[in-house]
Amino acid sequence: MTDNTLEMNEKPRSQWLDVWDQFRTHKGAVLGLGFLIFITLFCTVGPLIWDVDAAKLNIRNKNIRPIYMALFDSGAKVSWSNPMGSDNLGRDIMANIMQGGRISLAVGWTAMILALLIGTTVGVLSGYFKRLDGLLMRFTDLVLALPLLPLLLVMMLLFRDPLRSTFGPEQGIFILIVTGIGITSWMQTARIVRGDVMALKEREFVLAARSIGTPARRMITRHLLPNVMSPIMVSATLGLATAIITESALSFLGLGFPSDFPTWGKILFDSVDRMTSFPERVIWPGLAISLTVLSVNYIGDGLRDALDPRIRGL
Amino acid sequence: MSIPTLLFIAFVIFMLLELAPGDPMSQMPLTIPPEVKEKMRLALGLGEPWWVRFPLWLRQFFIVEPQYWIDAIFGTNFADGAQRIISFQSRSPVFDTIAQRLPQTLWVVGMSYIVGVLIALPIGIISAYKQYSVFDQTGTFVSMIGFSVPPFFSGVLLIVIFSVQLKWLPSIYDTTHVVTSWDSFVFQLRQMIMPVMVLALQTTAQVSRYMRASMLDNLSQDYVRTARAKGLSESTVVMKHVLRNSMIPVVTVIALGIPSIFGGAIITEQIFKVNGLGQLLIIALQGNDIPMVMTITFLLAVLIVVMNLIADILYGVLDPRIRYD
Repeated sequence: MTDNTLEMNEKPRSQWLDVWDQFRTHKGAVLGLGFLIFITLFCTVGPLIWDVDAAKLNIRNKNIRPIYMALFDSGAKVSWSNPMGSDNLGRDIMANIMQGGRISLAVGWTAMILALLIGTTVGVLSGYFKRLDGLLMRFTDLVLALPLLPLLLVMMLLFRDPLRSTFGPEQGIFILIVTGIGITSWMQTARIVRGDVMALKEREFVLAARSIGTPARRMITRHLLPNVMSPIMVSATLGLATAIITESALSFLGLGFPSDFPTWGKILFDSVDRMTSFPERVIWPGLAISLTVLSVNYIGDGLRDALDPRIRGL
Repeated sequence: MSIPTLLFIAFVIFMLLELAPGDPMSQMPLTIPPEVKEKMRLALGLGEPWWVRFPLWLRQFFIVEPQYWIDAIFGTNFADGAQRIISFQSRSPVFDTIAQRLPQTLWVVGMSYIVGVLIALPIGIISAYKQYSVFDQTGTFVSMIGFSVPPFFSGVLLIVIFSVQLKWLPSIYDTTHVVTSWDSFVFQLRQMIMPVMVLALQTTAQVSRYMRASMLDNLSQDYVRTARAKGLSESTVVMKHVLRNSMIPVVTVIALGIPSIFGGAIITEQIFKVNGLGQLLIIALQGNDIPMVMTITFLLAVLIVVMNLIADILYGVLDPRIRYD
């Protein structure tokens, strides 16, 4: 009896509310989500508050150390107008990191979404249509056997100039990097989605839907896709993390965005030559990359636990 | 199966380089007259269409080059002066340059992989055996960091801490250094610590996770309870029965991870200024040296395919339940 009344009093709960409740119990994931929101706000809203032009040269105020250096060394050149210091051309490092974060995060999100789109399409098609399965999976295996980082470098180098002249220096490189990362990181998603779709296809509800004459298109959008959302979301977090790292790696190897165009990887790369006297210039962008990726990985970990119904509710 | 894959990969790399609008002559001064430029293109072997050059490249890679190696070893003359794959930049055979650079990369990459695996295995075993303990939590956190911190930051951070601040270790890897005495051996050891640790961190993170998961799978199996019930000591149960079964998937993961560590070496070599294969690739890329880029990229692809094959065979050998028809 008591059980019944309890159930009556409980509000109807959606699946996502359950997931959120489980997600909240994972400390690392909540911290990660908090940091991701913080860094996103820092990069998007930050420049509105700290409205210093990231590209503005100010030779008189060059090589200012970050403000905390005054604590260790009273003779250090610090200034409240550049709380994180300025670089060898007098550009404000905090403004640069905000600007760079915008690009890095934008590249990460767009590339991840592109990879997810390709991966889900390939996965659903090869899982649902038997005829396509052999061909598509063979293709996926082939792409997995490609050495991806060298190929990305080759792509960056060869397609940089034509795209730059068509879409402008920033747009062109952005499109190139996003497509490059997108088409080299969809394979895992495709494999996972294919496996799940194949398992779902044997279930009764799919049979029922088919028996009332649901066409393939609606079958996929109404019945299959909502059920493979959880693996897709988990691989989305992994994809975001790898996309950010890959973009920074490309910039670090000098094959990413042009030099006057900051991203976290680019700032790091530009500062390596002077890291003996100004270690903070490599540490700030590096920390930004690492902490963002770490928090995204933790979110993925928490999501995986929260979306697994065997764990949820324990 | 492997050979069509390799042919396909070679074709993809070749066509990518072929279709790309970049031109190996674009770096040349503009004052060179067009007819001279055309002659230079011909001299570089760019005059023929791609369906002539692609089989030619395949022939050079798979037939002519091995012939030269056999000649070099046994003093025979199979190659008979056939055209080798020539670098655009140095005008010397690509494989000679690769042979010069390979040892440095192999030293750093090989050492780091061995070190990484040796650290990862005990961590994975203890983490699984004492699940949810402080050690396990720390291990999880450290491997999460290993996944998240990119090598170009961990490497730079190590340089800032150990070379710049503490001045313990050299920041540049000196590849001309030859080990002749105890002191030079110590120097070699000191300069290898940082590059090796940077690469090993990534390996450790991955392998220890797999080891832990695999141990956990096996620890809850019935045969473990049986082994305990018949009175075997705990160390025998864990180290003999569970470990052997858990190693099966981990060995394949270790084999599959080897190609990706070569990819990681591209970045690490750039940080520590090791003149290995990765640096060679970057320089060749910047100089539009198509034969060099093509060969190195294809060698990496061969490595991936071979390692996949080895992983498959190892799995079959280690686990008699799985047999390939």
